[in-house]
Amino acid sequence: MAPKSLASRKLIIIAIFVAVAFVYIGRLFYLQIIDGSYKLSADNNVLRFVTQYPARGLIYDRNGKLLVYNEAVYDLMVVPRLVKELDTAEFCRLLGITVVQYKENLQKAKKYSYYKPSPFEKQISKETYGYLEEKMFRYPGFYVQKRTLRKYPTPLGAHLLGYIGEVNQNTIDKDPYYKSGDYIGISGIEKSYEEVLRGTKGIEIRMVDVHNREVGSYKDGLYDTLAVMGSDLYLTIDAELQEYGEKLMQGKMGSVVAIEPATGEILAFLSSPGYDPNLLVGRVRGKNFTELSNDPVKPLLNRAMMGQYPPGSTFKMVNDLVGLQEGVITPLTRFTCQGTGSSPIRCTHSHQTPLDVYAAIQQSCNPFHWQVYRNTLNNAGRKNFRDNYVAWRNHVMSMGFGHKLGTDMLFELSGSIPSADKFDAIYGAGRWNAMTVRSLSIGQGEILVTPLQLANSAAVMANRGFYVVPHVVKAIGDNHDMGDKFQKITSSIAKEHFEVVVEGMRQVTTMGTGRRYQVPDVVMCGKTGTAENPHGKDHSLFMAFAPADKPVIAIAVIVENAGFGATWALPIASLMIEKYINREVTRTELEERMITSKLY
Amino acid sequence: MARERENLFNNIDWTLVILYLVLVLMGWLNIYAAVYNEDHKSILDLSQSYGKQMLWIVSSLFVALVILLTDARFFSIFAYAIYGLTILSLIAVLSVGSVVSGSKSWFDIGGFRLQPAEFAKFATNLAIARFFSTQNINVKDFKTRFIPLVLLGLPALLILLQNDTGSALVYMSFVLVLYRMGLSGNFLLAGVLIVVVALSTLMVGHLNVIIGLTVAAGLLFAFMKRSRKNIINLVALLLLGIGFAFSVEYVMDNVLIEHQRTRINVLLGKELDLKGAGYNVHQSKIAIGSGGFSGKGFLNGTQTKYNFVPEQSTDFIFCTVGEEWGFLGALVVITLFIVFLIRIVNNAERQRSTFSKMYGYGVASILFFHFAVNIGMTIGLVPVIGIPLPFFSYGGSSLWAFTILVFIFIKLDANRNALF
Repeated sequence: MAPKSLASRKLIIIAIFVAVAFVYIGRLFYLQIIDGSYKLSADNNVLRFVTQYPARGLIYDRNGKLLVYNEAVYDLMVVPRLVKELDTAEFCRLLGITVVQYKENLQKAKKYSYYKPSPFEKQISKETYGYLEEKMFRYPGFYVQKRTLRKYPTPLGAHLLGYIGEVNQNTIDKDPYYKSGDYIGISGIEKSYEEVLRGTKGIEIRMVDVHNREVGSYKDGLYDTLAVMGSDLYLTIDAELQEYGEKLMQGKMGSVVAIEPATGEILAFLSSPGYDPNLLVGRVRGKNFTELSNDPVKPLLNRAMMGQYPPGSTFKMVNDLVGLQEGVITPLTRFTCQGTGSSPIRCTHSHQTPLDVYAAIQQSCNPFHWQVYRNTLNNAGRKNFRDNYVAWRNHVMSMGFGHKLGTDMLFELSGSIPSADKFDAIYGAGRWNAMTVRSLSIGQGEILVTPLQLANSAAVMANRGFYVVPHVVKAIGDNHDMGDKFQKITSSIAKEHFEVVVEGMRQVTTMGTGRRYQVPDVVMCGKTGTAENPHGKDHSLFMAFAPADKPVIAIAVIVENAGFGATWALPIASLMIEKYINREVTRTELEERMITSKLY
Repeated sequence: MARERENLFNNIDWTLVILYLVLVLMGWLNIYAAVYNEDHKSILDLSQSYGKQMLWIVSSLFVALVILLTDARFFSIFAYAIYGLTILSLIAVLSVGSVVSGSKSWFDIGGFRLQPAEFAKFATNLAIARFFSTQNINVKDFKTRFIPLVLLGLPALLILLQNDTGSALVYMSFVLVLYRMGLSGNFLLAGVLIVVVALSTLMVGHLNVIIGLTVAAGLLFAFMKRSRKNIINLVALLLLGIGFAFSVEYVMDNVLIEHQRTRINVLLGKELDLKGAGYNVHQSKIAIGSGGFSGKGFLNGTQTKYNFVPEQSTDFIFCTVGEEWGFLGALVVITLFIVFLIRIVNNAERQRSTFSKMYGYGVASILFFHFAVNIGMTIGLVPVIGIPLPFFSYGGSSLWAFTILVFIFIKLDANRNALF
């Protein structure tokens, strides 16, 4: 190395430092002194970023009937740092609040942020907004933000539609899209389709002078972004049917779910008692919400998806299907029944004996189904009993029981088809057999289903072996293609076996318990259920589809603590089917009786 | 022993120490202004950035004191060990680190976050200095050329894997150190040319650049000494240049990620993306520009509050300087930095040991790179690359790391008369 010459490189390095410094100083000189365009005028102008809230997407039913729309409201916003001395008394009078409230509100806003806007008084009336706007210049730091609230022209489908509410701090921290005071879907479709419905917020930058007056848009709106409206949703729901169902179910606890079998489109989805969705909108929401959640009949609970019931006799066809598929019975197999003297499971009444599967479904014979079930578990030809049970359970689950169906609504419960492991845990491995878990043969015991699952199983019967994941949204805006989100699921039971049980279900409504409630001009296939319930009177259940040959509707009705399935659930389902297929109900006497009955 | 202790602080360059303190305190004042909140006026309010930064400053001073009390030989003896530990921590952070604004480069330790990439700078500087201070160094030797590249490349690569491009680019600054140690000046020249060709390709397209290069080559050919060697070199350079122009466009279109591409386009003025990448820079320029000649005064900035400028207290802290202290304030800060840098270079040059000298140049280069890129970014001259402004930006890791970086040099310098 040649130290002398290298040492001189120090100067070059210093020269580089100094050169960069000069370039930067020159640039700063240009930015700060020469170029005035970056300078905001000397009287301390401030830009105000006003959020442009997009209108939330509207919601229509399957026939284009409007279910949910928007109404404008005005929030008074505050930026605490900008608040100057003001005539508090006058300000409070304009707003109709007390001075104490004023101080509280301001303190709350300060707590959120000194520099960021937060709502001071929410949803002020249009009149108040009118007065305020003229005097706004006296109140620096305050401005009015327009937002929209939901409105429901006909109060129906509250559980299904869900509601929107102010976003909580937790969500604000997690998702930068939301700011304090924004609205967000909290339940139902409003939540599961939040991102589609909400649209995209825009920003308008306005110049504000020292008197809090807006002096125009900043740089002619060059940096503004337009709000993009949320997409409209078209539901699969038939509003007329939904409304009719809510009418039939008034005064009763329970649920009705109807599905178009071929497509999985949910036609009606209701939980009773319900509530008027308009109650959970705007300023009254907090008060009403508390009231509703304290109501002992739990109107906020979405029973259609979160209520779990023993299916009772409506589950018998499922057992028959597994028996047929496993080859332990044929359509010709007959079993005897000793009526009320049968063991280990008694029959509810005396009827012909021995009887085949068709008659057994029609008569809802307990001993027949116990024998099918026992044979399935003991003689299906697998290595041991436990394997047979696992196979039985897999068959059942393939028809949509015991797991979430994956619908497009949130908070769905999965019901329960107990696993072999669970019984191992209860009774000890190898220490339980068909006898131990005999209640499952007639849909009692550890089995639980949701009304949605029961309706879906009616769809499986209607389709003779498959279902499409049930869903409530048909189209988003103009887009009718929902992708492969709602798949066709084929059960593990062969199609010909379904023909057998469907014939049995047809006989239920033509010759059996259902013959009193036949739908005019329509052949319905169905099955009643009277589910024992440890908490009180039996639940009344019915599942059905119609017409028998070309089904357009599959339905499940559950009326809690109402007794026999044939007394309440069956007539309600029958009326629903008549309403949907004939569009006109002729059995007005029956209709009147159902509507006016109060069961709780 | 007593004499040594007495001399311990004697040889310290107090000018550097005072400059350091001035810069750190100015930085703190600006962080205070950037996040100023009337509800939390206490400077030690630990819920606020400035409260925490005060804690970092005090602890940094303690770290500085510890370094000054350490035997200077420690740093050269343990240079490789420190480097090795840092590399290990860079690897560890890739698996157990937490992600902050897109970069997986933080250790979360009981509420405090530590960024090993910050500490890798001085560790690498120590290792490079140690390598060049060994006896058998020969610039022509392959090993001498190869090992520094590995020493620099390893941390840079690991930091790149953390998705922290800015901190990885810092290692480019060592070209100045290598230049001082004998690397041909052509490399610096080539670097400048590469930047010029790259920028002009992006601005006017590769075709124009190729025409320009050919014309330049033709002119050179006309005036140079036409020896066989020169002609071959010229043709080779021309072909390289053309190839480079093509590859720049290819990289821009196919390799860079969308946001990087946008940042570059915004800088070149080809894109006006004021809602996305251009937003920061635009707001930053408004803030600085609105400061005018003498600024709006301490705590009176409007643009730098209200969160107009994102990353206000970290990467864009210079906006607060520009807005509240104006052109005068910015001038003072830039001048202080340059004086600081020149002083370090001068001190480095007076070192007798190669280790200390190399280390000193490394300190100057690293600080200069941060200074140039950070301020350049806020005034729209450099693409937005998230690296802190030394001593100013909010953040414990970076303040600690810069303090260690500088004070090791101050210690080495104080020890310059000792032989080791």
